[in-house]
Amino acid sequence: MTDLAVRRRRRALTPGQWIGRAFVAVLLLTFAAFFILPIIWLVLAPTKTNSELLLDGPFAFGSFEQLVANWNELFAFGSGVFAVWLGNSAFYSFAALAITLIVSIPAGYALALIEFKGRRLLLVTTLVVMLIPNTALVLPIFLELSAVRLIGSPLAVILPFSFFPFGVYLTYIYFSTAVSRDLLNAARIDGAGELRVFAQVAMPLATPVIALVGFFSFVANWNNYFLPFLVVGGQKIPVQVGLANLLSNVPAFNPTTASSIVIQLPTLALATLLSVAPILLIFLFAQRFLVEGMTAGGTKE
Amino acid sequence: MTVTAPPAPAGVVPSGRRRPERRRASRSNAGQSRFGYVFVSGYTLLLVAFGLLPTLYALFLSFTRNGVFVGFDNFVRVFNDYRFLPAVGHVALYVVFWLVSLIVLVVILAIVVHSIRVRWLGDTARFLFYIPGAIAGASSVLLWLFVLDPSVSPVSALLRSMGYESLVNVVAVGNLPVVFTVIAFWAGAGGWIVIMYGALNNISADIMEAARIDGAGALQVAWHIQLPMLTKWISYMGIMSLAAGTQLFVEPKILAQATKNVVPEDYSLNQLAYLYAFRQGDFSGSAAISVMLLVVALGLSTIFIFRGRLFERD
Repeated sequence: MTDLAVRRRRRALTPGQWIGRAFVAVLLLTFAAFFILPIIWLVLAPTKTNSELLLDGPFAFGSFEQLVANWNELFAFGSGVFAVWLGNSAFYSFAALAITLIVSIPAGYALALIEFKGRRLLLVTTLVVMLIPNTALVLPIFLELSAVRLIGSPLAVILPFSFFPFGVYLTYIYFSTAVSRDLLNAARIDGAGELRVFAQVAMPLATPVIALVGFFSFVANWNNYFLPFLVVGGQKIPVQVGLANLLSNVPAFNPTTASSIVIQLPTLALATLLSVAPILLIFLFAQRFLVEGMTAGGTKE
Repeated sequence: MTVTAPPAPAGVVPSGRRRPERRRASRSNAGQSRFGYVFVSGYTLLLVAFGLLPTLYALFLSFTRNGVFVGFDNFVRVFNDYRFLPAVGHVALYVVFWLVSLIVLVVILAIVVHSIRVRWLGDTARFLFYIPGAIAGASSVLLWLFVLDPSVSPVSALLRSMGYESLVNVVAVGNLPVVFTVIAFWAGAGGWIVIMYGALNNISADIMEAARIDGAGALQVAWHIQLPMLTKWISYMGIMSLAAGTQLFVEPKILAQATKNVVPEDYSLNQLAYLYAFRQGDFSGSAAISVMLLVVALGLSTIFIFRGRLFERD
């Protein structure tokens, strides 16, 4: 019936509908180009020499040899400091991810399925903090960390990164909608202690939410610039901060650059691409899962 | 971190299904609540250390000077700084541009993508819109440095036709609210489009079909049915983006670095707070600015939780 109605309408398009369709097509194409062309440009730019980048068409492919040359230039810069930055980013993000999962999953589980005093207060506080943009706490955290003399230590990055109220909220929502209390009570009646109920009944059901919390935590931490920019320096900076430092060595942007070692534009483009490569890959491979996860709240009803 | 990405899309669940409050006096209650405390202990510790204490410490710093209580002196001093009001103006102007374009375009794009009947086409469109969300923070600003520099830009013809010959022309101070809006929209809009799309899926097919049978065109359906159903999500997006927008930092910071301060290093409030702490060694002044920004963010999120109907509160 619906199909028939649709088909009938399709056959007899009025001029107004034609204009509507054309408008939709132009709108979608324009925005698709806006969103995707910068990324395509970024993937192609590292294959070119500086002059090719300036003179050739923006979406022309250079050569693999040049890509290798740019790669070598980037990793030779500052005796391989770019690799150190990438390593730092990975270390901070994974360490924080591990702590986040260890503390958030039990906390969300307890908030959803266990009665205890102060539960509501904790839940509301979590919501309030979760809705604050995390930049709002960066300077206060910096001031606090400098009062306890933690500035410069990897812990100054990892510990604040590990505090991820959104992960707790996500776990809370998951356990309160996807796991029934009756199931847990049945296990309890069978004589299972609380720890066993959590480990053997709840955890096996929690894989999707663990993946989701892990993803959001990792992406947020990898991309974080402001906090590490303030609390670590020298060899300890992650790639986001290092990338901004590279900028000072690019003669095209900084003609007065004092440094003797300069970075060419295609190399800077390669650095930008590599700095987001892990996240971009996760997005590409997990997109169906993510889009489902993001809309889960909206479509479940 | 960024002012761009929606902070918490996945966790937002439309209410409607309130979790029943159960207070069962079973024999295991005491044991249960003991485990409850154990389970939340690690998280609570982090919440205190990196949520509560920094806030209290910033409050303490902002009302004292070298440990002595000085009332509102720090706030007055910051307010009278010749850089303060311009920074407020810059941020306000950016937030207006950002919110208006975000709300108008995200709603239109979500409704348009939702109206696509061909499944793979709709999926592809959503994916293309969403993928820039992977590129945030300093990386997205760097990418946009390239896109906005007419000598290398993929759209250099467009930039030249608008009369811009170099990066410095493009990022002239007057253009910055638009430039930051474009960057933020590029990285952040896709996530919101996906969320709005999910909300549109929630509208029952019967209502839509009934409206069509009554002769409502696509525009009328959008205006009279879809838009009202989206309002709570639009207000959520608006409030989150307003709070995030006031925090502007990475974009002007990196542009300032790239253009040798053609973009001023005290453009936004967070940059000013940074300068107070790092250039002037004035932690009290820095804390005062942070506290003002924090009050705005806390106010917005609290109002939203207690007045909005988006979050389950049990």
